[in-house]
Amino acid sequence: MRNFEYVRAGSADEAIAAIPAGSGAVYLAGGTTLLDLMKLDVVRPPRLVDINRLGFDRIEVFDDGRVRIGAMVTNTDLARHDHISRVYPVLSQALLSGASTQLRNKATTAGNILQAVRCGYFRDGVSACNRRSPGSGCAALGGANRNVHAVLGGTDACFAAHPSDMCVAMAAIGATIHIRGPRGDRDVAFTDFHLLPGATPWKQHALDEGEIITHVTLDAPLAHSRSAYLKLRDRASYQFALASSAAILVVDGGMIRDARLALGGVATKPWRAVDAEAVLKGQPPTVQTFQRAAAVAFEGARSYGQNGFKIALGQQAIVRNLSSLVA
Amino acid sequence: MSEYDKMAGKPEHGGQTEAASTSDARPGVSRRRFLQSAGASGLAAAGGGLLPVAEAKAEASPGGPTPDNTVTNSGHPVRLVVNGVERRLRVAPNAVLLDVLRDQLQLTGTKKGCDHGQCGACTVHVNGVAVNSCLSLTVMHDGDEVTTVEGLARDGRLHPIQQAFWDHDAYQCGYCTAGQMMSAAAVLADARIPADDQSLREAMSGNICRCGAYRNIVAAIQDARGSIRRTR
Repeated sequence: MRNFEYVRAGSADEAIAAIPAGSGAVYLAGGTTLLDLMKLDVVRPPRLVDINRLGFDRIEVFDDGRVRIGAMVTNTDLARHDHISRVYPVLSQALLSGASTQLRNKATTAGNILQAVRCGYFRDGVSACNRRSPGSGCAALGGANRNVHAVLGGTDACFAAHPSDMCVAMAAIGATIHIRGPRGDRDVAFTDFHLLPGATPWKQHALDEGEIITHVTLDAPLAHSRSAYLKLRDRASYQFALASSAAILVVDGGMIRDARLALGGVATKPWRAVDAEAVLKGQPPTVQTFQRAAAVAFEGARSYGQNGFKIALGQQAIVRNLSSLVA
Repeated sequence: MSEYDKMAGKPEHGGQTEAASTSDARPGVSRRRFLQSAGASGLAAAGGGLLPVAEAKAEASPGGPTPDNTVTNSGHPVRLVVNGVERRLRVAPNAVLLDVLRDQLQLTGTKKGCDHGQCGACTVHVNGVAVNSCLSLTVMHDGDEVTTVEGLARDGRLHPIQQAFWDHDAYQCGYCTAGQMMSAAAVLADARIPADDQSLREAMSGNICRCGAYRNIVAAIQDARGSIRRTR
């Protein structure tokens, strides 16, 4: 790993001040993505600003049902939190399906949101990659794109899948990301935070330079809902999703009253399937209904060669997950 | 630093140990010293298989990343409590905890496998929590308590996990074993992780065993779970 300047921040304002405009300095939280990419020489920040002593490590349940999660809460602590595992099982399950015990112990909530794509051509440091070297092309087009590449939301510039499980659950639940920066505080809706690659895949999220995520607030849970996360992958544990489904259902009197659906492994950002939700609402919770919704969720999906099987697999993930909620 | 020095595992990140105590937590037999004097060919054979990433980088980067000795010699002061012993160090910003444990503190029980958080061989406890030491900067851990495999045994008695790995032959080559045992000790100490085999396998899935000793590893951990419960 190249060397760099290290600054330990004692407060958010101190941290923000340590990242002057144009400096290329970055924040260091759990380090599970950043230090990996620095060892690969894919990112070369001249300065790391350590934000591990800022606090932001609490989970607060509000009276109106919303839950505010500090940016530095670890994936393990969030997944194992009593209220989260009871009221938002989809989030607990998603977190526990990601990475390994050791990594979840280090990885933080904000770091998970900001984690980098797993495309091998991005990570190898030399292949054509518009995300790493804007304008250099995309080696995954016509290359190895079976495992960690998307069929939804991609372009010829980039179609790497967003790798997070946690974010898929948060997209389904609905959440707000709280940001602090040189120009003060602002909030961004969770589903607006990650950007589609379009023609500018190097711009991955809504953060401007020097801005820092301080908290994420989950929407209040849907009353009388059930929720689950289903992740399909090449081995039973410690593997990124080929396709995953986060689902929240409210069923009453033999009808689906409300539904939330989000997809992982198949899309370039945590993918809320709003049109598919509309198909579910007001219908009986049958396999036929679930299949219709799954088909709508994948309308417009595109195979890039090796990953075409995800269009079918992703639909099966939706149907199986929804079926488990009404079994 | 010569290529030979790099292969021989000499410190990439320099720095001085300031601890007055020179007590060495390693057992008396120094296989490492023996290997260091045994010639480059044997080391290359071992290192080539075990450290592909590190080797590749060392070969491929004549003008690339090099340790910054100026920063190393001044360095950041860091206080760690390692296996109950206070250690005061000066480290470069890019000094990875795994490398500092092995190269500066000579605690070579913790192993470097993939060096990218994928294999678990480097697992240690920081403030009682299992983490990948290969993805940790030492300077992040100022004031922290670190436990390595050398700190598992107490008062000359093996930790129940160590005894169980011995009893169940839960290894072949042994390279992943320190990391397996550190993960296992943390898993058993965490009441939030269910005790069934499937939950145990999931919780241990960050530790890869290329020899495939998984059946015996699971048996050993479940056995240790029983013996820990009996002694409580």
